[in-house]
Formats: sequence, structure tokens, C-alpha cells
Amino acid sequence: MSEPMHHPSPARLRWLQREKRTLQAVWGLRAALLVGFFLLWELAARLGWIDPFIFSSPCRIWATLLRMGRSGELLLHTGTSVLETVVGFTLGTLAGTLAATLLWWSPFLSRILDPYLVVLNALPKTALGPIFIVWMGAGVGSIIAMTLAISLIVTILDMHQAFRSVEAEKLRLMQTLGATRLQTFLKLVLPSGFGAMINALKVNVGLSWVGVIMGEFLVSRAGLGYLIVYGSQVFQMDLVMTTVLILAAAAALMYQGILQLEKLLKKHIGVTV
Amino acid sequence: MMIQIEQVGLTYQSPGGETEALRDLSFGIGQGEFVCLVGPSGCGKSSLLSILAGLERPTEGRVLLDGVPIEGPSPRVGYMLQKDHLFPWRTVWGNVTLGLELQHENTPERQARLRALLERYGLGEFLRSTPDQLSGGMRQRCALIRTLARDPDLLLLDEPFSALDYQTRLAVSADIHAIIRAEGKTALMVTHDISEAVALSDRIVVMTRRPGRVKSLHTLDSLWGLSPMERRDHPDFRLYFNDLWKELDVHV
Repeated sequence: MSEPMHHPSPARLRWLQREKRTLQAVWGLRAALLVGFFLLWELAARLGWIDPFIFSSPCRIWATLLRMGRSGELLLHTGTSVLETVVGFTLGTLAGTLAATLLWWSPFLSRILDPYLVVLNALPKTALGPIFIVWMGAGVGSIIAMTLAISLIVTILDMHQAFRSVEAEKLRLMQTLGATRLQTFLKLVLPSGFGAMINALKVNVGLSWVGVIMGEFLVSRAGLGYLIVYGSQVFQMDLVMTTVLILAAAAALMYQGILQLEKLLKKHIGVTV
Repeated sequence: MMIQIEQVGLTYQSPGGETEALRDLSFGIGQGEFVCLVGPSGCGKSSLLSILAGLERPTEGRVLLDGVPIEGPSPRVGYMLQKDHLFPWRTVWGNVTLGLELQHENTPERQARLRALLERYGLGEFLRSTPDQLSGGMRQRCALIRTLARDPDLLLLDEPFSALDYQTRLAVSADIHAIIRAEGKTALMVTHDISEAVALSDRIVVMTRRPGRVKSLHTLDSLWGLSPMERRDHPDFRLYFNDLWKELDVHV
């Protein structure tokens, strides 16, 4: 119920004022922290406190960034990694949700597979990298496989948990209304597991990046992971640092994308969790 | 008798062993009666409702609805749970039509009937509201109308007011009672509140400790025809209350 329109009280105005100042302070200090960090870094490099050949510096990174932009390298490598991540993330989310749905559908199947999921979840998936290279060759296939290996099991477990967290009494309600299992899934389990599903997606997008970078370390000829490995091997730390910053920006943007998707979905299906 | 419960027994199996919830339980409910089921906690009251709702099968005996055994969920039986369980992602209208939607019975006639029910019971202006915009009493009415959507003859109520605070509870239970009476429904309500049972029912069934069976039946003759609020003021209210209190043999 919306409150009737009226003039805010003086206490309310003071509170709003204070709230506004706090918000300004938070944003101001955030910006100051970032600018301060880069200034200090630049200063340290110029004054010789650190060796710019090993630690690079913001100016050198900026120059590298411009050079990469002009040569088209920036677009090629960032594009390659982003594409791999998007493909890995989408496949992982779809396959993971599908598998979790099957596990929810059949508690018997879930009971059978439980120990395998536990073992697979505990296994450090990077150990599988060399196996993928042998099976699929040194190409994009291996990178996507690596991404799926890292994100899939967690997605399955998180989604399954989300589906199972529906209140037993609500399931009973659906039963008393004569709902089929499919109806129960579509009209109760999916919408009520929405919040947990979005959280699973947020985790998944981060894990997909881990998978892609790991994969690129091992096999690629393009991509941000490739640039980092290549740069460190030829001791071009400017390139490595620049790439790490690009990576941070790309990952943050993609995470923002998920947040926007969440907003959109919430508005669309009216879920308020 | 509309409902006949005949020598019903129910035993649950679990890794920990066998649990006998009900044993040799028999009673009947007449057309249009409001019957309350009281008994110590864990005496199998909710199990009996599950059997009547067709969600569970008795391991012994049988349950008949107008002479026909109950073998699964049926549109003739509506079930109201302890909480309203309205879906926050649906509007009031979306919630009350849920049952019709699931059964592909969302016909204009049904919708008109539901709209009339919502109008009659003060929810007419809230069709497009979400449940969080309703008061506790309105939510409960909304849940009842969801149960009434498919026009059941028998309503099963499983402690439907237990989640409400005392004052709301008095008002809402009177409210729901009036709706059930006005719509001419038969009702079986589980409660552990003795005064609520005396205020609402035509007849009270007291169950024993687990395994649950009928300990005694109480017909509230002198309160017949009175509203729950009038009953609470009636001199006989105490008498029935004390009878039941002794019968339930409450130990703290």
C-alpha cells in the first residue's frame, strides 16, 4: 500500500540530508581509493621505489592499452575470451539447470547420483585440463570443456538445492489442488527458487571466467589468458598488467549484466525475493 | 452421513521403524455439519485429513464420501492448510484461480463465481493486489476462496488460524466460519484450541493419544445456531470447555 502524498516532516528531511551526505562520502572515497592507488603506483615507479620493468606502471599500461587498441589486439583477445565465457556460461547454466531439474524430478535418481556429485564437486577440476587437451586438441573445444568442468557441478548442486528448498507445505497445497509434477515445477518450484537460481548464475559467471582463463593458460593462441601467459614468458609485464585490468573490467561488466537480467526477470514475472 | 470413516488404521514405515498413527478410527460427518477434531499433538489428526483429501491411503479400513471410497484428490474436497501459502509472485486473482488453472477449468462461469465470492467477502477491490498488500484476515479469506474455487462440498481445515495472533484469530475464525456456513459447506477442522472448537463446531471429536482413535464425541446442542462470538458469551460455553479440558487430560 502506497503512503498518501504529504510534506515530509523536518526530521525526515534531516534524515534524507544525512543519508545523501553518507552516499556522497561513500562514492567519493571509493573514487579516491582508486585514483590514489594508481597515483601511488605511478609515483613509486617514477621515483624508482619499484622497478617498472617488473611492476609496470599506470602510464605504461595506458600506452600498452592504446597500442593494443590501434593494432586490433584488444578487440581480438578480449572478444575471444568474452565469447568463450559467454558460451561456457550459457552451456553450463542450461545443462546444470536441466540436470538439477532431473534430480528434482526423480529423488531416486538423486539418491543414486549423490556420491558421484560429491566426489566430482571435491575434485580440483583443473587436473582434468591435460585430459581435455588429449581428447579435444589444443583449441576452443578444450577451453569450453574446462569451463564446463569448473562450473557445471556447482551449478547442478546449487540449482538442485534451490529447487529442494521449496516449503513442504506449499508442495502439499499443489497436491491438494490436483497439480501434476510438471505443473508443480513450473508454477511453484521455478518461481519460488528464483532468488537462489539468480545467485547460482552469479557464482557461475565467475566460475566460467576461471575456466576460460585456466583453459587459455593451457592451450590457446588468443584470449586474455593467452596474453597473460605469453606476456610473462617474454617478460612483458606491461602486457600482463594491462591484460589483468582488462580482465577485471570484462568480468565486472558481465556480472553487471547478470544483475540487469535479474532486475528484468523480477519485473517480468513479478518476483519480489 | 456424507463422510463415513470406517475402522481406519494408518501405519507409517520409516528407517527408524513403524509408527502407528491411527487405529480403528470410526465416525461420520453429516451434510452441512461443522465438525472439529481435537486431541493431543501427534495423535494423527493431520494424517486423517490427508486420508480424506486423498493424499494418503489408509492401511486399514476405508473412508467413504457419499458411499464412494476416496482414492485420490477430488474436486469435491477442498483443503486449507495452516498457513495461507499465497504465492507472492501472483496477484490475489492469480492466487484464487490457481486451482482452476491447474485443472484447465478456468471457464467464464467459474471466473464469474469466483469474482462474486471475492466481492461478497470484501476482496473485490483487491483482485490486482499482491498478497503482501493484504491484512492477515484478508489473506486467510483469499486462501479460503482459493479452496472454494472448484466448489467443493467438504472443506478440510488444518489449524487454519494457528499462524495468527490471538485477536486476529478470533475475528478471522468467526469470519471464515460465517463464509463456510453461508456457502453451505460441510467442514472438518483440526485444532488444538479447545475454545475455538467450542466456538465453531456443531460437534467435536476428541481423539486419543497415538495411535489415534475416537475417545469421545460431543454435540453442542445448546449452542446450536449461535455465531462464534455469541457462543463465547453463552453460559454453557464454559461447561463444554471444561468437559473437553478434562477429556483431553492436559498435562504440562
